[in-house]
Amino acid sequence: MNCGTMTKCETPASTVEQARAGQTYVPRVDIVEQGDEMLIFADIPGVTAQNVDIDFDKGALTITGRVPQRRNGHTREVFSEYGVGDFRRTFQVGDGFDASQFHAEISHGVLTLHLPKAQSLRARKIAVKGA
Amino acid sequence: MFTLMRNPTMRPYHDVAREMSRMLDAFANRAPFDSMFDAAVTFPALNLWEDDHKVFVEAELPGVAAKDVEVKVHGNELHIFGKRESTSGDKRNFQRQERVFGEFSRMISLPTPVDAEKIEATLKDGVLTVILPKAETAKARKIAVKAV
Repeated sequence: MNCGTMTKCETPASTVEQARAGQTYVPRVDIVEQGDEMLIFADIPGVTAQNVDIDFDKGALTITGRVPQRRNGHTREVFSEYGVGDFRRTFQVGDGFDASQFHAEISHGVLTLHLPKAQSLRARKIAVKGA
Repeated sequence: MFTLMRNPTMRPYHDVAREMSRMLDAFANRAPFDSMFDAAVTFPALNLWEDDHKVFVEAELPGVAAKDVEVKVHGNELHIFGKRESTSGDKRNFQRQERVFGEFSRMISLPTPVDAEKIEATLKDGVLTVILPKAETAKARKIAVKAV
């Protein structure tokens, strides 16, 4: 497992509850604050909308992407530079977000998660009244 | 820009560095972090397998549009190159940035001659699959043994 910039990282065994056989991987993410929401972009190649689960429980947001096997069992490996398996990663989300408004979409193996800020934390313009 | 070169003589050193990096990372569910050895890593990583009739090459290219990838075969060399455009929006407000963007290029030698006219490449859910039918001369065949 190499956790450099361009390689795929295995999930450390200590943090994974294995539901099935096989290694899981930590997706690379970008987290960007944009307007009234926080955006999480996660690279989960091979995962479709039907195969992604997003759970939010006690401030912990967990992304799980199930990856079906792509290689036919009757073939022979010549070389392998990366592993194929499910993706999983958990984020701690602070109180300032409106969990009821969380939503996500997936396109070309990239999951985009929208975490809207709670009303009380949104930037607002204060009107200045004339005397 | 991450068009990188591979120097096979350095490979064992990078493998050791990678393993050390892995052990350090194994303590937490945390972001992959950069190391000085990254320059030795090639992108995208490739998996290659075969059956009796075809060679299969696969790469993970999440967020890459089909129009931004090119696959070329010249003789025995397979060349996969293109660019990955950033989709993460406004760079000023990054809280975390682990995904990399830019141009990429990989060239590998194929294990057997292939029929260049019949190569198929598909990009689905961020996974590129190239299927290369083996040239007739390269296919395994069963030789009938005649009784005399």
